[in-house]
Amino acid sequence: MSTTTTDRPAAASDAAAGGPPPSRRSSKERWSRRGPLLPALVFTIIVTQIPFLITIAVSFLNWNIQRPGTKSFLGLGVYESFAGLSNFATVFTDSRLRNAVLNTVVLTASVVVISLLVGLGIAVLLDKKFPGRGVCRTLLIAPFLVMPVASALLWKHALYNPDYGLFNGTLNAIWQLFGAEEGPIVDYISTTPMPAVVAALVWQWTPFMMLILLAGLQSQPGDVLEAARIDRASSWQIFRHITLPHLRRYIELSVLLGSVYVVQTFDAIYTITQGGPGSATTNLPYEIYLTMFRKFEYGEAAAAGVVVVVGTIVVATFALRTISSLFSEEEMSR
Amino acid sequence: MSQTLENPQDADEASGEDARALPAAQRRRRRKAKEDTSAPAGIGWTISAWVVTLLFFAPVAWMVLTSLHIEADAATNPPSILAPLTLENYTALFDRNVTPYLINSATASILSTLLVLLLAVPAAYALSIRPVEKWTDVMFFFLSTKFLPPIAALLPIYLIVQNTGMLDNVITLVVLYTSMNLPIAVWMMRSFLAEVPVEILEAARMDGAGFLRTMVSVVAPIAAPGLAATSLICFIFSWNEFMFAVNLTSTTAATAPIFLVGFISSQGLFLAKLCAAATLVSLPVLIAGFAAQDKLVRGLSLGAVK
Repeated sequence: MSTTTTDRPAAASDAAAGGPPPSRRSSKERWSRRGPLLPALVFTIIVTQIPFLITIAVSFLNWNIQRPGTKSFLGLGVYESFAGLSNFATVFTDSRLRNAVLNTVVLTASVVVISLLVGLGIAVLLDKKFPGRGVCRTLLIAPFLVMPVASALLWKHALYNPDYGLFNGTLNAIWQLFGAEEGPIVDYISTTPMPAVVAALVWQWTPFMMLILLAGLQSQPGDVLEAARIDRASSWQIFRHITLPHLRRYIELSVLLGSVYVVQTFDAIYTITQGGPGSATTNLPYEIYLTMFRKFEYGEAAAAGVVVVVGTIVVATFALRTISSLFSEEEMSR
Repeated sequence: MSQTLENPQDADEASGEDARALPAAQRRRRRKAKEDTSAPAGIGWTISAWVVTLLFFAPVAWMVLTSLHIEADAATNPPSILAPLTLENYTALFDRNVTPYLINSATASILSTLLVLLLAVPAAYALSIRPVEKWTDVMFFFLSTKFLPPIAALLPIYLIVQNTGMLDNVITLVVLYTSMNLPIAVWMMRSFLAEVPVEILEAARMDGAGFLRTMVSVVAPIAAPGLAATSLICFIFSWNEFMFAVNLTSTTAATAPIFLVGFISSQGLFLAKLCAAATLVSLPVLIAGFAAQDKLVRGLSLGAVK
């Protein structure tokens, strides 16, 4: 598999460029190939890898900028002392951080699963032809395009507000329709903070899932579906035995990319709940932000950052494998 | 397309007297069939699809509608849908000086998008048309950087930016947004450049076209729509970015999302004006996204899904 993916395009373009096979390329030839790649590669390494290495270094230091330090760290500031693994011990034993880990898992899992299921439902609806299908698709991607901070503020103030938000307003209107004086007044954000955040994020991420799954549905070979219909398979049987297996790759891709993005959620927490009430909705990115800019515990924040990266790498490994398999399929069909 | 040609049935049918005409016609039919695999929906289906769509779109519609009401009509319960419309909230925004924030957002997004293209297009070329050795490894390196949570890099970035006097500077955002979007752009552009058929490149070489000539008259026309889609995706992500902007800018370089958040704390809550501000700052991305919606999937899936 891997030989097919690496050799074929290389060989094909060699034919185009009239070059010798890779093993016999001169070093000048190799550098002329690398040349166009280098600026992007160097830029990426400097801007993404160096900060991460510094994070790892800081995670081993006792460094709180409110306490006086004496040792200089790369000229970027002064820290107190070497901490060994104590920051990591704090990360794993501190109840706030454990709570943040738990919240992150709950938030990410529920947002990804719910928006995947809703997105799948909508994608199935949009896979059939009906009047205004294009308009529907356009309107449906809007939640994903609205600036995340704007949509967080929109949910907090225009929808969830207990006094004049759209949700309570609609409840009130319905109650009054049936003769009651006033509808129920629910304070969504303080009574059910986590579901409130999840709902806003599900609204934002469902279009992402829907778009990828719809692309998957539309890439189904028409003749197979037609053959199944001729064989009198029911719609459910077709969906269960043909569509779902075909969609597997697309579902994996949307779950994994979705998880990688939703784990990083910062805007919605910052805006809707500020991590509260108490620490009910504090997720890891927000907790790290608080540790860094409110408690000024640089070492601890860095250690938590390292832990988040390790966790993300576990998820990302699966994501890379999935993308890699889609990728080699594409190469083979070229 | 190649599947059509390899299909033995097609080959049999094509071996008639007009063997040259038939495959073309069949191909056309096939292509049409591929676009329209979806079955027509019944009336119940249509209604459910529209109801779901309108439910999903309702918050956006509500945001726009509220932004067009005066404050007194915006904060009523039950909601007043039929209240008279006005643009006064929008003019108030410009009186409150939203313009510098929009300019900062536009500067950061446009400059970083240009820088991304400048770096990504040659890189994508080196990963597709004339690939370096181990090009798949390089691709996955780019992608893996996208999986690093930016929060884990915020502290060192903050320290470096602070020590180099680059806090509250749009250029800082340009650099960070470039690194944030570069992997996406490399992946997307590679998937577009990979679609340039090798045969055409070969034919161009046979005809004696040099590198520049081949790029300008063969590769560029095929890759242009991809280039446009890639720029739009980069623009969208930069325009919407919040975490770096909120932590690294304060007054002179603050972007549109920072205006929105600051708006609440400094003015108290004015719902109609908030909705106007939210609509205004979302508008560029909504327009860009609607315009590029057929390419959006490819950007969101990093080019893995077409």
